[in-house]
Amino acid sequence: MMKGDERRVGGVKGRDGRRDGRDGMSAKAGHHQRWTRKHLLGLQELSADEIRFVLDTADSFKEVSTRSVKKVPALRGRVMVNLFFEDSTRTRTSFALAAQRLSADIIDFSQKTSSVNKGETLIDTARNIEAMGIDIIVVRHPAGGAAELLSRHVKCSVVNAGDGAHEHPTQGLLDLYTMRERFGKIEGLKVAIVGDIVNSRVARSNLWGLKKLGAEVILVGPPTLLPRAFEQLGARVVYDFDEVVGEVDVLNMLRVQFERIGTSQFPSVREFTRLFGLTGDRFKRCKKDVFVMHPGPMNRGIEISSEIADGAQSGILKQVTNGLAVRMAGLYLVSQASD
Amino acid sequence: MRTQYDQADVKRVIDQLEGKVAAAFAADRPLCVIGIRTRGETLAKRLIEGLKRRGFNLIEHGVLDITLYRDDLSEIGPGPMVRPTHVDFDIDGIPLLLVDDVLFTGRSVRAGLNALIDFGRPSVVRLAVLVDRGGREVPIQADFVGLALNDVPGGHRVNVHFAEDDGRDEILVEPRE
Repeated sequence: MMKGDERRVGGVKGRDGRRDGRDGMSAKAGHHQRWTRKHLLGLQELSADEIRFVLDTADSFKEVSTRSVKKVPALRGRVMVNLFFEDSTRTRTSFALAAQRLSADIIDFSQKTSSVNKGETLIDTARNIEAMGIDIIVVRHPAGGAAELLSRHVKCSVVNAGDGAHEHPTQGLLDLYTMRERFGKIEGLKVAIVGDIVNSRVARSNLWGLKKLGAEVILVGPPTLLPRAFEQLGARVVYDFDEVVGEVDVLNMLRVQFERIGTSQFPSVREFTRLFGLTGDRFKRCKKDVFVMHPGPMNRGIEISSEIADGAQSGILKQVTNGLAVRMAGLYLVSQASD
Repeated sequence: MRTQYDQADVKRVIDQLEGKVAAAFAADRPLCVIGIRTRGETLAKRLIEGLKRRGFNLIEHGVLDITLYRDDLSEIGPGPMVRPTHVDFDIDGIPLLLVDDVLFTGRSVRAGLNALIDFGRPSVVRLAVLVDRGGREVPIQADFVGLALNDVPGGHRVNVHFAEDDGRDEILVEPRE
């Protein structure tokens, strides 16, 4: 049996008594980063190497979804809880499917039917669930910092599925993965993120990840939704979409979040589309091979036209496929680090 | 007890292994050869080259990463990198040769068999290993063995190095640190 101190000394020893186990990395390939984090809370605190490690791990998991038996036993016997305090079908389903492909058991916990309606706090809710024997909590919550708060009060792993406007790390990672798949690398790419930036956790996670991996980030939106302060995070802030539309490699179009916007930030949908939507006309002025992305769900005809969304240069469906692989990688890595 | 086998030894051992494998399968019938990452994969590639020279021309080649099937994931510390598995062909109904470098406890091969079940049902699965050092902890045996080392003391490990992965071909019996 492995002792804890043997593990800390480093080097991976498989049961076969071999120094490098099955990791394919001999002692020489020491530049490979291992994943040691028990939680996945955001991209801001990750190193570039850690991010690359997750993306590389996701490669293996992408292959699983192409088999006829789309399962591996890596998380067999583990339990994952989807703790969603905000509406979400796609992220919740994506995490649920990722867990199932890893052979984990899943509990779905939706705000509407929970005791949260009776005033139970976030921490109490999580602790009560944890007391039933949980290994991973995947949490989405309207308050920024909720995932980190939770991670400090429970013993199991916590994966952030979106906390307020703060971070949505798996979305950031799957966007990075999709861009890397398309271009072969992230470094040197010019990426524009367009729309309601100030309220967007997707924009923030993307910003952290892209900067760390060496891309240039251009944020585009109306001044009411894009404070200039974002320049301090290393992004270029642009209020005129047409100024940059022809120079970027990637356009990541954000969803207009009707539920978040008060009337003062946003005079009319039509004006927004005219100024910041990816219309057919604007698309003609883009680079020939520009790559179009959207975290979904789309408001067709508002932030993006249908033809472009369904067209050959759209990576939107690839994002969804890759989201599954990236989430499998995330769940696998945090549960490994907990042991 | 010999502790070092050099490049010439490795070549001799692989040639013998290749001969045993070639004698057991029909050259004019389909055969899958799947190596267990990483050095099992290197060995599989070399065996395939040798088999092709002997007239085997219906070989399908795949590679298995067993990290997700291990039974000791919790015991090997912060994770090894999971790499993709590539079995891009139908394995139903044809013979399959699983290849690994060292057979010790047998748990890696056990994991490999588990992984293969998800891909289909070969007509027969045979195991070829470069080195069998005994010490089985599960009832797994190799059908083709290049080198049998029966006297490796506890506390020692058997390391196979290949030029493609480590710079040179050798087999070393070294004390575990």
